[in-house]
Amino acid sequence: MPIKVLIPTPLRPYAGKQSVVEVTAQTAGEALSDLVAQHPDLRKHLFSEDGKLRSFVNVYVNDEDIRYLSKEATLVKETDTISIVPSVAGGR
Amino acid sequence: MALTIPAALRDQLRQHGEATYPHECCGVLLGEFGEDGAKIVKSIQPCGNTRTDSLANRYQISPAELLRIQREAMLADQDIVGFYHSHPDHPAHWSATDLAEAHWTGCSYLITSVEQGRAVLTHSFLLLGQEENKRFEDEVIAVIAHE
Repeated sequence: MPIKVLIPTPLRPYAGKQSVVEVTAQTAGEALSDLVAQHPDLRKHLFSEDGKLRSFVNVYVNDEDIRYLSKEATLVKETDTISIVPSVAGGR
Repeated sequence: MALTIPAALRDQLRQHGEATYPHECCGVLLGEFGEDGAKIVKSIQPCGNTRTDSLANRYQISPAELLRIQREAMLADQDIVGFYHSHPDHPAHWSATDLAEAHWTGCSYLITSVEQGRAVLTHSFLLLGQEENKRFEDEVIAVIAHE
């Protein structure tokens, strides 16, 4: 069973207008790689030129932010859901 | 393109800004996208402001809270269509910080000016472009009678 990646509103135009994309992966990093392999236009919206996740892109495996797990090496299994959540902040 | 919102929800988000004054409030707008990009707000989710170091002039919605709201919205067949926050004793216009920290292109960012504890103006701004050239454009708010 593939792993589901939930695509937030601003990234759906680059993911074939889909809100959910299925990937095959053992880790969060592999899942994101499979995601951009399927939808190359997503790459620059998720990663900076040095290949690192953009600072405002939060990636969750189920309810856990991968920053507090093993980052891209976080293991994932078939029943997991990966969510991409861009930050919301601001102020006067 | 306009943002359509029931009067009761518009009033609710303004009252949120009054309740948190002199701090900034923040929350999520949930609803639907139309074929032409127009948005209809069906519900709002007031959120906590995690910028406890600078509540008077900064806001941030916890990604974990956003995640929960996003999941619940999908179950209700709704989308995140935008966000709202308040500017205590400051104009209802986006700041350089608002633009720098905005990443949900295609979504509306509502700002309410709250002067001396009373909500005054509420304006909407549509985030367009890509991260390197993003910009806000003024957006019409169409207020409809509560259904």
